Amino acid sequence: MKRFRITQQEIVFVVFAALFVFCSLFLKGFLTSANILALLQNVSVLGILGLAMAIVVIGGGIDISLIAALAVPPGLVLQMVQDGHSLSSSIVVAFAIAIAFGLVNGWLIAYAEVPSLFATLASGIFLAGLGQAFLFRVEVVQWSDGMAGFDRLGQASVFGVPMPIILLAATCLAVAFLLRRTRWGAYIYAVGDNRAAARVTGIPTRPIIVLQYVLAAVIGCFAGLVLAASVNSMPTRIFNSTLIYDVILVVVLGGIGLSGGRGGVVNVILGTLLIGTMLNGMTIMNLSYAAQNLVKGVVLLAAVIADTFINPRNEETAQQGDI
Amino acid sequence: MTSLSKWTCAGLMAAGIAAAASSGVFAAEQGLNEPFQAKFRADLSGKTIAFVPVAMGFDLTEGWWAGLKKELKPYGIKFELRDPNWNTNAGAQAVTSLVTEKPAVMVIHNPDVQTYAKLLKRAEDAGIYVVQINMGSAYRSSAFVGANWIEIGERDTEAVVNACKGKSNKIAIVQGAVSAAASAYTLRGVSNVLAKHPEITVVSSQAADWDAAKAKGITQTVLKQHPDLCGIVGFWDGMDIGTAAAVKEAGLTGKVFLATSGGGEHRGACDLVKTGAFDLDLSYDVPTQAAQMAGTIKWLLSSTDAKPGAVKGSEYTTLIPITKANADAPGTCWNLDELKKEAGE
Repeated sequence: MKRFRITQQEIVFVVFAALFVFCSLFLKGFLTSANILALLQNVSVLGILGLAMAIVVIGGGIDISLIAALAVPPGLVLQMVQDGHSLSSSIVVAFAIAIAFGLVNGWLIAYAEVPSLFATLASGIFLAGLGQAFLFRVEVVQWSDGMAGFDRLGQASVFGVPMPIILLAATCLAVAFLLRRTRWGAYIYAVGDNRAAARVTGIPTRPIIVLQYVLAAVIGCFAGLVLAASVNSMPTRIFNSTLIYDVILVVVLGGIGLSGGRGGVVNVILGTLLIGTMLNGMTIMNLSYAAQNLVKGVVLLAAVIADTFINPRNEETAQQGDI
Repeated sequence: MTSLSKWTCAGLMAAGIAAAASSGVFAAEQGLNEPFQAKFRADLSGKTIAFVPVAMGFDLTEGWWAGLKKELKPYGIKFELRDPNWNTNAGAQAVTSLVTEKPAVMVIHNPDVQTYAKLLKRAEDAGIYVVQINMGSAYRSSAFVGANWIEIGERDTEAVVNACKGKSNKIAIVQGAVSAAASAYTLRGVSNVLAKHPEITVVSSQAADWDAAKAKGITQTVLKQHPDLCGIVGFWDGMDIGTAAAVKEAGLTGKVFLATSGGGEHRGACDLVKTGAFDLDLSYDVPTQAAQMAGTIKWLLSSTDAKPGAVKGSEYTTLIPITKANADAPGTCWNLDELKKEAGE
């Protein structure tokens, strides 16, 4: 007999729909195309980061160093251009650093077998410290004339749709294609679901884990460039902010279980939409800072509790350093 | 000429030469000794100044540090930096350990009003001069050099209220971090002015955590709700780059008056006023603040009676309002790289 089971994805969708309807009915000026576009634009960088995190979480890990990858290589682009290097060569250097950083993360986790939580926690602090100590002169790296035109990445719009939304959509498509249509994608699910079983069936589990972290770092770097372009500067101190929790919130809220092997791009989109609607609604209501944090905290707690009920831990899925 | 007068003349000349020799006309060749400078040099030489900012790595703290070095290093003063990197606990530990290490002067940039207050009193009791910069604690030490945040809030708001005359009278406030005293004081200044202008409606007053991306997000949403907004009071130019980007994207640059404040480093202030991103940026000119601190330190170290904790005074910074009118003028803004070079870094 098939029992009726509701997935977290469906719960989140229902919550999102309810919230959306509530805001549309009770908040004047919420349901306008201009506001919906602003809503999406405000969470597009968060959404792109969510996709990077999703790849790692589906693969059974977690990447706390994502914000360092977002802050440091793009910050370096702005700094190098300020110092007179060309924009294109600076971007090449930035992506090279991001790839190298992902390789180090991946090697630590796949070959040195350090739990992902600790490995990325440490490597993130290392990269952020490296940036602060040697790469940047001031924490907020400012725009310079050499960056002219690059701000289109964050501030232009195509047919009325702001660029960051288009870039988020493009990243969604690319990640969805990778996860659902390629062999590598299937391997990521297999490794995340049961690493030992994946290994027995002949999947190159270690290279696949390295791949996850490289992809995450590269996507993080890309998100950083979009962020820098949209605020005309790179506030590298963002590493010290709570952004990483928001990213985890998007992923977990969307229904990608932290035990790995489940979920996909749709979940990230759902999580991002829910957060976006929440933030936008609270801003329109002009709620105080403390109240906003309270609401965010309660929602994250509810999501984590729901995750534990729907994807219960067992000996098979529990892992060292699990959060 | 008689022989008598000849002798008299010679005598007078001899007396004159003797008098000249004794009264120091030779000083014309050897110079005159100034009686106070040797003590001044001795008082300063070899003394240590310790600096505890909330964090290095941004224009304000880097500028103060470079400015102090530029002024005081030539007198043989030693410098010690303790960078807590935004960590209040680490900062309190740094101050505590400095109290036992006994530098001559501590320059303190407080993260909030309370945390260091008792420690600073203990430092002055232990014989260390404490100079506080820009963010004062509840304890008033030998000297406070810094911006008057209430004045900044008032002047920024007055400018916005003026710009709103004959328009919608709707304004928004983008605060810093709610826990920061600078943000709370500025907000009080804003409220002081708004109390006098009941015609103004505040459609949004939210904290953006000194974060440009958050400021942009909030401003975007507010502008979508209130496209007729006539002004925004921002609390720091480093964050309001984001506020300005949102205004620009909405195509409202020049229509929404954006007033903010900051340290006046040219890339973050004058350059952005020139592009029209900010309409008013109140600068507390960091090199001047550094020079004032240095002057105070010279005075304190060379004074005969001003023992630590015995004198207390404030030097509120005279603000430079940066607008399109003076953004190009030399001296309005400053350049961190040049200041660092002058400081020999």
